[in-house]
Amino acid sequence: MSDVRQHADDIHDQFSDHIDVSVDDVEDRLSTLVDEYKVPMDEARRSVTNHYLEEAGLEREDISSGSSEHVNVEDVDEPEQWIDLTAKVIELWDPRSDSVAQVGLLGDPTGTIKFTKWAKSDLPSLEEGGVYELRNVVTDEYQGRYSVKLNSTTVIEELEEEIEVGDDTSEVEGALVDMQSGSGLIKRCPVEGCTRVLQNGRCSEHGEVEGEFDLRIKAVVDDGIDAHEVIFDKEATEELTGLSLEEAKEMAMDALDTTIVADEIADDIVGTYYRIEGPTFGRYVLADDVSELDGPADAEQLLIKARSM
Amino acid sequence: MSGAELTREVARRVFASEFNDSTYAFKESDDERAPNYALLPTGDRANRVFVVGTLTETEDVGEESEYWRGRVVDPTGTFFVYAGQYQPEAAAALRDTEPPAYAAVVGKPRTYETDDGTVNVSLRPESIAIVDEATRDRWVVETAERTLERVEAFEEWEAEQEPPESGSTAPTNEYAKMARERYDSPVVNYRNDVIQALESIEGTQNPEPTT
Ligand SMILES: [Zn+2]
Repeated sequence: MSDVRQHADDIHDQFSDHIDVSVDDVEDRLSTLVDEYKVPMDEARRSVTNHYLEEAGLEREDISSGSSEHVNVEDVDEPEQWIDLTAKVIELWDPRSDSVAQVGLLGDPTGTIKFTKWAKSDLPSLEEGGVYELRNVVTDEYQGRYSVKLNSTTVIEELEEEIEVGDDTSEVEGALVDMQSGSGLIKRCPVEGCTRVLQNGRCSEHGEVEGEFDLRIKAVVDDGIDAHEVIFDKEATEELTGLSLEEAKEMAMDALDTTIVADEIADDIVGTYYRIEGPTFGRYVLADDVSELDGPADAEQLLIKARSM
Repeated sequence: MSGAELTREVARRVFASEFNDSTYAFKESDDERAPNYALLPTGDRANRVFVVGTLTETEDVGEESEYWRGRVVDPTGTFFVYAGQYQPEAAAALRDTEPPAYAAVVGKPRTYETDDGTVNVSLRPESIAIVDEATRDRWVVETAERTLERVEAFEEWEAEQEPPESGSTAPTNEYAKMARERYDSPVVNYRNDVIQALESIEGTQNPEPTT
């Protein structure tokens, strides 16, 4: 497909619900501007889009910016950008609100990002494991975490290809300076697919339930420049602390208090230097590979530098 | 343990000599809940610090209720750590630890004025952990590195300031500027402290072979 044809297709997709126009017609208008008048493609798209906006009696907001750019997941670093993604649906989560049709995690070779699909946008369903071309999605940011929103102008095309999902692995090295609440021996909601952490025996969704014990740590690892939030799941927690879930339960039973587990763990890990590798999810790093930095620190190079300054 | 902050403040690495000179405290906004910062003389702000040193002495200096003071010593000076009823875990750590011991302290700088008008800087701990010598050494090296980075940035900024008529192309370093306005001691002092700190642990790590 020619470049002009591709752009014509995009514009046509934006308007096909609103006015009766053929792709050929759009392509003609574009190629007149681009080929005859040597107008840059951006400007040509803008001009042709405006023409159809007027014809349809629509505002630009009604059809998106009309200049969405194809980007990789790792490049999403600004809210309210109209973009195109080619991504795989890694996970679908339960929507917490009726206004949301689908919510979950998308991934491409460069990383993962949360998506939300509004109920009112009336789009086809995405399936877990499916690979899609998503045109005209809009980026959003909440507390430093980026997501994309599928809206009524979004065009979804299922692709046959398989794509490898990169896990956005990062490496964090620093002192563990804080262990946050919700760490240690916790109880999770047993309702299928829920797994929310209970507060005083209650799930925020399912009320009072018989919880299931689990171990996890939410900690802050800080190198003096950035503070990273790190989550250790049960396996990572057991490995880090040498304390198994069974032992933790016994400890809590003996003390008639579950908080003793968190206290013991905090005593063990706070103030210690670690190197942590693992996938990132928004602002969290999931601890996959953890090593304690207890070897000698090399002062010599730094001393040479300090003396030469 | 604490709940999640909206944006977690980084724990700065700073030696005792510089920490104790950080007498100017400020906020970035008028909002009552806006975080407090101590101005580091090398040109940065610190809402929180992480320090590791030798806990050499603990004392309950409280009158009505327990109020523990700990002296945590690094190669350049002493951090004064105070913990009372609002820091129960840290107070317990000071009560229960038999000095000397290597202690890692996460906490917030606090300034207070003494009767004679001098401003002192102390450390209000969020946590105190007993650690080993390797952790202390790692902290010294890391803190030396962070301090040198600040000194470097300060000196670069300062060098650009020399010709005042040269326009505004100089890199901005808000906190270096603030530090030069507020403090008298030259930044080179802190570089010298870095050298002293590194020499102190280098000696223990690589003992000269005896002949
Ligand atoms: Zn539940």
